[in-house]
Amino acid sequence: MKLELTRVVQGRSRLGVLKGLGRTGQHSLEVPGCLLHTHVGTVPHLTQETLHTLSNLTSVTQVTLSNIAEHQEVLEEFKDGFRKFAGLHDTVLYCSLHDPATPCPTGYTTNKTVSVWGSGGRIELTVAKFMALQKTVQPDWYQSMADGETWQNNTSRKRVRKSVDRTLAHLDECLLVHQKSQELEGVEMFGVVEGGDILEERVRSARETAKRPVAGFCLDGLQMGSMDRALRTQLITAVTKELPEDKPRLLQGVGQPDEVLACVEAGVDLFESFFPFQVTERGCALCFSFDISPDPELAGRAPHAVLGLDEERDTAGETQQNGDFNLEDQTQMTSFEINLKDKRYQDDFRPLVEGCGCYCCKNHQRAYLHHLLVTNELLAGVLLMIHNTAHYHAFFGALREALANDKLDLLKRRVLRESGRQT
Amino acid sequence: FKALSAASPLTLRIVAECPVTKARACDLILPHCAVSAPVFMPVGTQGTLKGITVDQLEALGCQICLGNTYHLGMRPGPDLIEKANGLHGFMNWKRNLLTDSGGFQMVSLVELSEVTEEGVKFKSPYDGKEILLSPEKSISIQNSLGSDIMMQLDDVVSSTVTGPRVEEAMHRSIRWLDRCIAANKNPDKQNLFAIIQGGLNAELRKACLDEMTQRDVPGFAIGGLSGGEEKNDFWRMVTLSTDHLPRQKPRYLMGVGYAVDLVVCVALGCDMFDCVFPTRTARFGSALVPWGSLQVKHKQYAKDFQPIDPDCQCPTCKRHSRAYLHALFKSDTAAMHHITIHNIAYQLTLMRSVRQSIVEGRFPEFIRTFMKRMFPSPDQYPSWAVDALASVNVTLE
Repeated sequence: MKLELTRVVQGRSRLGVLKGLGRTGQHSLEVPGCLLHTHVGTVPHLTQETLHTLSNLTSVTQVTLSNIAEHQEVLEEFKDGFRKFAGLHDTVLYCSLHDPATPCPTGYTTNKTVSVWGSGGRIELTVAKFMALQKTVQPDWYQSMADGETWQNNTSRKRVRKSVDRTLAHLDECLLVHQKSQELEGVEMFGVVEGGDILEERVRSARETAKRPVAGFCLDGLQMGSMDRALRTQLITAVTKELPEDKPRLLQGVGQPDEVLACVEAGVDLFESFFPFQVTERGCALCFSFDISPDPELAGRAPHAVLGLDEERDTAGETQQNGDFNLEDQTQMTSFEINLKDKRYQDDFRPLVEGCGCYCCKNHQRAYLHHLLVTNELLAGVLLMIHNTAHYHAFFGALREALANDKLDLLKRRVLRESGRQT
Repeated sequence: FKALSAASPLTLRIVAECPVTKARACDLILPHCAVSAPVFMPVGTQGTLKGITVDQLEALGCQICLGNTYHLGMRPGPDLIEKANGLHGFMNWKRNLLTDSGGFQMVSLVELSEVTEEGVKFKSPYDGKEILLSPEKSISIQNSLGSDIMMQLDDVVSSTVTGPRVEEAMHRSIRWLDRCIAANKNPDKQNLFAIIQGGLNAELRKACLDEMTQRDVPGFAIGGLSGGEEKNDFWRMVTLSTDHLPRQKPRYLMGVGYAVDLVVCVALGCDMFDCVFPTRTARFGSALVPWGSLQVKHKQYAKDFQPIDPDCQCPTCKRHSRAYLHALFKSDTAAMHHITIHNIAYQLTLMRSVRQSIVEGRFPEFIRTFMKRMFPSPDQYPSWAVDALASVNVTLE
């Protein structure tokens, strides 16, 4: 893979294209961009037909060992790799360790192993098993085995240091196996940067990982816990400073739009797209605006339609702020979405988002989605997943356009105004 | 080919009649499109076929599906659906819809308070309030739903009940039919079907048939069966009914959906069928195939890299293996959708093949081939099916 940057804004935010992806190198991925979140190769709720109602799908499909590890024997017997096993469309296959949408239990990592949780329980992975899995999955690109269990509150300095040391050791072992494997010829590996919330460890991890012959970098251990956002941004900025400019940076476990923007400004290129899935699972639809096009009608006073959306935002925010609005609790509703189970949508015959071209918005109305959710119908998940994926992808498109036209600040204000937060 | 008859919202064109059995191949011209019969109608209870988009349903070739008056009458209610341009508008289904009356749910689902001449009184499961579903109310809801075919409210009695209650229910169903006909606000757009009752009693059924066929309704359903009764009694009531139903009107056998039952009852003269079984069983991982069914979630399929049915042309079989679906069932709801799509495809393809064989004058041969494929050996043919087919001149081995 080759990262071609077209712009670097204020020395941090990068715009470009990741080219030469896939075994034949014919795929590319625009940056900043997102990957396609899946369960065992399936976008949640969707079949290939419903998935392909989406145009401009990201070219990279993410699968996780937490879903796949339990099927190792099956894949070994199948022999032809995961892509074929899953009947995937023509896409680039990226294999990560953990599922970003499902936090896993902690305390099972050792010096030589990490654990993933499949449907049947815990599966322990040594580097040998990890690499054996990669050989049967045959992804186009994968992350090296890593110990990222530092996102809890009060992780000790000692534990953080261990995670950095272990992750580097795993990386070196993985590289050894990778370089010797014929099955992995042409497959790219990302190194994983750890370091918890300790600046020096983050820098150490970044510097050391950058010395290895990896194709790019995953930034791990920044996803949950009570880490202050400002601290997270500071850490990411410090990390990306140590990383080569010409290699991509993938941030794991972060997906909310405002956080995406902050992290792009800190030097991140790629994100996982589990956020639209989480929104779907709570029966909500993404509808935050990222439209910064100069429309004379919009200049000055916002038109009624836009105000209407803001009203929904505000009242939604109000109901949330009764208790803790826990920013790090990713299962809680955010202000980027509407809760379609709410009675107010019962007879709302508008599409989820006016002007959204997705299958759901072209064919169905809020009242229908409300009905499907109230009656616990499976179709609700299908339609919401389609819309939320489309909306999220479109957000990234708007982000790239804003970067291209020097309008990132404008976009930030638009998106953050939706969330009611200050920059 | 779409045609709206100016005189009636339903026209039946008999395309072919089997010279051996009582089977027919028909075109049923309804307001939204023509329907090729014999037809299996998938059930989309709450204004959706579970997990399947209307586009997917259309792509499978479905021309008519069911909505449920009881469920939709409760949630979201007829007023909202009317505001949404009827059930067609609400779910965005452009082809035909059939709604049942809500009568069956009165018996099967809810705490039955009382059946009187007025209607069925029952307790709402959502707020405990008492609701009266009368013939007029049922038709009013169905008028709001705007379905192409509406069913009368019948006095539904379980097929395992015997005694005077069955006779009472049969007579009442006739009176309720008349009230339904009178209550229909849209006779030029919505077809009202009668439902023949009479339980498993031949005399009662005959009496019901004699009475109901005197009413000028566009179609007849055979009701009160498919509820756990002995198959031997079942088929006899079906064939008795078709013997006395007019040739020029469609015969809808309610609640029938197993493949063998479909094939046999087509031979006995039925045109339309509905059943939740294919879609419900799909969600449990059971895939329907010409030789029975396949439990995708079972361990034996974990490493089976064939599609569910190598001969099936549905999107699921063209792309995925049993092994992948087996794995997917552990991770995502989409696994259910894949099987649902396959099972609907199976049902619709079966009916298409049945129809084609009738049109081409080889239905008896089709039946024999079908049975051979479905059962490992002739001594495993269900005896009721053998008898039923013999009654229409088809002898199996």
